Amino acid sequence: MLLHTEALEGGFASPVLGAQATFRALLDAMARPGTIRTAGGDAAPPHPLSIAQGAVALTLTDHDTPVWLSPALAHETVKGWVGFHTGAEIVASSAHARFVFLAAGEAIPDLHGFAPGSQDYPDRSATLVIELPALSGGPEFVARGPGIKDSTKIALQGLPADFLRRWAANRAFFPLGLDIVFTAGSDLMALPRSTDLQALGG
Amino acid sequence: MNTHETELATYNFAYLDEQTKRMIRRAILKAIAIPGYQVPFASREMPMPYGWGTGGVQVTAAVIGPEDTLKVIDQGADDTTNAVSIRAFFQKVANVAVTTKTREATVIQTRHRIPEEQLTEGQVLVYQVPIPEPLRFLEPRETETRKMHALEEYGLMHVKLYEDIARNGHIATTYAYPVKVEGRYVMDPSPIPKFDNPKMHMSEALQLFGAGREKRIYAIPPHTKVVSLDFEDHPFEVQKFAKPCALCGAHGVYLDEVILDDKGGRMFVCSDTDFCEERREAGHVGELGVANKEAAE
Repeated sequence: MLLHTEALEGGFASPVLGAQATFRALLDAMARPGTIRTAGGDAAPPHPLSIAQGAVALTLTDHDTPVWLSPALAHETVKGWVGFHTGAEIVASSAHARFVFLAAGEAIPDLHGFAPGSQDYPDRSATLVIELPALSGGPEFVARGPGIKDSTKIALQGLPADFLRRWAANRAFFPLGLDIVFTAGSDLMALPRSTDLQALGG
Repeated sequence: MNTHETELATYNFAYLDEQTKRMIRRAILKAIAIPGYQVPFASREMPMPYGWGTGGVQVTAAVIGPEDTLKVIDQGADDTTNAVSIRAFFQKVANVAVTTKTREATVIQTRHRIPEEQLTEGQVLVYQVPIPEPLRFLEPRETETRKMHALEEYGLMHVKLYEDIARNGHIATTYAYPVKVEGRYVMDPSPIPKFDNPKMHMSEALQLFGAGREKRIYAIPPHTKVVSLDFEDHPFEVQKFAKPCALCGAHGVYLDEVILDDKGGRMFVCSDTDFCEERREAGHVGELGVANKEAAE
């Protein structure tokens, strides 16, 4: 297999500090659902992987975390980039993945197709990293739960119309369930399984 | 990778290798998503013995960055062996700024206390945990306690608290007092005095717990319900102290007993040294305290 040279470029210039800065953005985002943070470092992943998605991959994935790439992402350059920079195995079966990456504009597959963890080990669940057109300006939802003082509004753009219903099903699974990191360009927002989403006024 | 480019060989930033940090970081993120649930992690050997905060140190090492200011306390004090050596460790391996002031710190590693001053958004409190499993002394088998958590089967813990009442007339557990997080997981808050339990409830700060020997990480996100277990007719109560701090005169804070002589003389002083010092600098004086020089002159 011939690797495109772009698969070899675009990692963090400073892997230690880039990963630390991105982790702090993720830590903050996960601890305060609904807040928008910017990925740290200077990741420059190949299209269509976004900057934030690339930074998350560099920060959290390695040979211990099978990665599933959506159809739009699963081409040689992205596979090569993830493989070269993180050492993560790209798996064909979504149920075996610990990290899942979806490109902008792609349909979000059935959430039941990803690992929700087990009753004994709910932490062994997948984290979805989903690229959206924007993290604000979309239809408003009210979010409640740990990390949120009273309630907060989120307005993600580009979610499927039935997302609330699908998220409610995931939420009902607690403590099992998927955690999502939404990304847009270099920004990210987290939606842990503990967050309750309602339509505005609902 | 370190800021000292002139040195030939040095530790990785914050001591741990990057693969270890990634593993710990993944565990922390899952811990936040499932508040109160103990996430297993591949705890490493650290250059200090188990029981000296290896879990807290690993969590701090995975979280801390060059921009952070670190505070380390041991039973509330900034100047005891454990606190001093961990602070020096991170100065050496991460070259971070350190402080003893609670409000200046972005990351606070603690052994068995929560600072008196209210923590704020943007601060991370890292607890050192000896035994993370609240059910361990009731059920020694990990396979069983794991199942009990999965089934939310916490009756045994209430039986234990009930037996306390039956024997002593009140709940005699005074530290590591079990809490329920967000109505789901029963969690060991580490051996903090139960006096500190209410501070965990709806805290502004993110709270992370690391148990090195037992290889567990768990978390309480900000604004999360943390309820101490109790009974309707025996509600949870915190310790009360008869007298204020002998040095700074503070009421409503957690006090340590200090033996003064071999004739039964003793005094009670703030366990949070930073809080006490700040009050004394501001001119507050307790019954055994000495007014600070400026105020006296």
